[in-house]
Amino acid sequence: MTSHRFFLGALAALALTAAPAFADEPGPGGSKPPVAKTGEEVYRTYCQACHMADAKGAVGAGAFPALASNPRLGTTGYAAYIVANGKGGMPWFKDALSKAQAQALLTYLRTHFGNDYKEPVTAADVEAFGQTPTSRF
Amino acid sequence: MDSGRRTPTRRQLLNAIGLMGGTAAVYQMMTTFGHAAETRFPGPPKLEGARKGSTVIVLGAGLAGMLAAYELEKAGYKVQILEYQNRPGGRNWSIYGGDKITEMGGATQNVGFAKGNYLNPGPWRIPHHHKTLLHYCKAFGVALEPFIQFNHNTYVHNVDAFGGQPQRFRSLAADFEGNIAELLGKAIDQKALDAKLTPEDTDRLKEALRGWGMLDKDMRYVKGMASSSHRGFELPPGGGVNGAPKPSDLLPFDQVLRSGIAANMSFFMNDEFQTTMFQPVGGMGKIGEGFARQVGRLVTYNAKVTKLFQDKSGVSVTYTDTVKGVATTAKADYCVCTIPLTVLSQIESNLSEKKQAAIAAVPYSNSVKIGLEMRRRFWEEDQDIFGGHSFTSQEIGLISYPNNNFFQDGPAVLLGAFAGGPGGYRLGGMTPEQRIEVALAQGSVFHPQQYRKEFMNGASVAWNRVPWVMGCCARWNEDTRREHYQELVALEDRIVLAGEHASYVGCWMEGSLLSALDAITRLHKRALEA
Repeated sequence: MTSHRFFLGALAALALTAAPAFADEPGPGGSKPPVAKTGEEVYRTYCQACHMADAKGAVGAGAFPALASNPRLGTTGYAAYIVANGKGGMPWFKDALSKAQAQALLTYLRTHFGNDYKEPVTAADVEAFGQTPTSRF
Repeated sequence: MDSGRRTPTRRQLLNAIGLMGGTAAVYQMMTTFGHAAETRFPGPPKLEGARKGSTVIVLGAGLAGMLAAYELEKAGYKVQILEYQNRPGGRNWSIYGGDKITEMGGATQNVGFAKGNYLNPGPWRIPHHHKTLLHYCKAFGVALEPFIQFNHNTYVHNVDAFGGQPQRFRSLAADFEGNIAELLGKAIDQKALDAKLTPEDTDRLKEALRGWGMLDKDMRYVKGMASSSHRGFELPPGGGVNGAPKPSDLLPFDQVLRSGIAANMSFFMNDEFQTTMFQPVGGMGKIGEGFARQVGRLVTYNAKVTKLFQDKSGVSVTYTDTVKGVATTAKADYCVCTIPLTVLSQIESNLSEKKQAAIAAVPYSNSVKIGLEMRRRFWEEDQDIFGGHSFTSQEIGLISYPNNNFFQDGPAVLLGAFAGGPGGYRLGGMTPEQRIEVALAQGSVFHPQQYRKEFMNGASVAWNRVPWVMGCCARWNEDTRREHYQELVALEDRIVLAGEHASYVGCWMEGSLLSALDAITRLHKRALEA
């Protein structure tokens, strides 16, 4: 067996491994969207469900903050930290997103929706991403 | 019958064990006899003797809040409930024709289901061992019926197997088990298990494998009557001249493995997904209505809590009437707060720093459910599927067939998506119209001839856009459990939190009820000691 085939096999095994359920969930194998590559695709896939398509957030019993025209995106490290670790009801994405996806997303957010931060997002900024999924309990 | 030997009665035996080993041993023995099943529900609490005039304010009229109110009122407290929505039940919810759903962000859906049809956007199935919930359903007159959890005749679809063609669950499961049995039989013949098993055990295992895997006399899994009796026939047994059945072809084992069927089989072994499961007659929301029949008169609706403060003299809760825009401050001696942590973490309070850190430490999952109303029950009429789920690796996760009104003419609602994780986020980020289109496109793999043709209308709920919860369920992990769970559930002076987020049965109604009972038991004890 070549190492390449082994790698693919290991991936498939990971994807289809049965996990103990600690919630009412759909079951195995499902709910896989197309893999997001560009920053915009990552935003559409993961972020706009809460922060909305125009990145202006929304208000209900509580609020989802606007990312549009948000000065906090001026600091790469802060935005990367929040996306990686979550905040309040927002889950962590350090295991859902690869380093490349996180870099693309942060670059996209910092240069769209009324944000204009030219300083590039570096590999060091997204070091925390691409983690093995954390087990739930 | 008198055998001449004196057999002790069960009671004598239990007494003897009790003398020797105490109540734990008695309980152990009773469990063995089947007289005391394992449960965390000891029966409804017997709270009584509240101090005259003591008051409690309950925040949230979901199941946890309403159960807390019900039992505290019985104990003698004067209880008031504040609820953000204009309805009781919280995430216990059913959507019917004529309902209007407005999401955060403003998208609105007018639900067009026919009379009697519904979508359960949140909870939809009840394990038979969720005894707290079952107890109160019975007590409050909520009729339950079977939820068809496991149906061998549904489909499993994986984009990476069989060229994207779905296969029947029973065929995949039978072929998986048959092949595993044959392989293990070969391993035995090659002495691979001799170090682990005695020759006698090996013989027993071989016979077990032959029967379990439907192997032939040579321990092979082959096309024939034996394998078809599990996986389904090409031509099933009939009557008269042409009654003889024809066996079916086996599926290629490499594709069976790629389908991921083992994970589906394992899914049904999770203790919360094992049969028997139940659903309320007429929609899951009937449970919330049942609870509201008991305590609905205590609820102030459209009340958005903005402040939660306590001091030595009591608790004060400031809320805004979302219809009239008027702010009010309510006072009580104690507070049971069931507000989801997504929202509670944004409410001003003077809870301790540690408590606030715990409240802010628990993110929420997302999920999306989509109901599709079809003109007729083609899954029953054309594919012999009566309830249960067809699974897919696509983002919709599964489609699930209605578990009631079998064989009826007229429209029926099937669950067109139960999407979690990344798929749930992507569907949740779409407009309601886009979600329906994705559900139709992806669900069509199971029923390509009928799915779009019979579709009438649909409705969806993306839980992180639901204004009063902003997520689906609390999502703990081992680190947050260790660092924050005890702090979250701890009674802090006059305030205690309850809800599924304050339990180890997260995302289940049972968890919210067990949490509520535990919270009010501690609160009552504190109140009596004060």
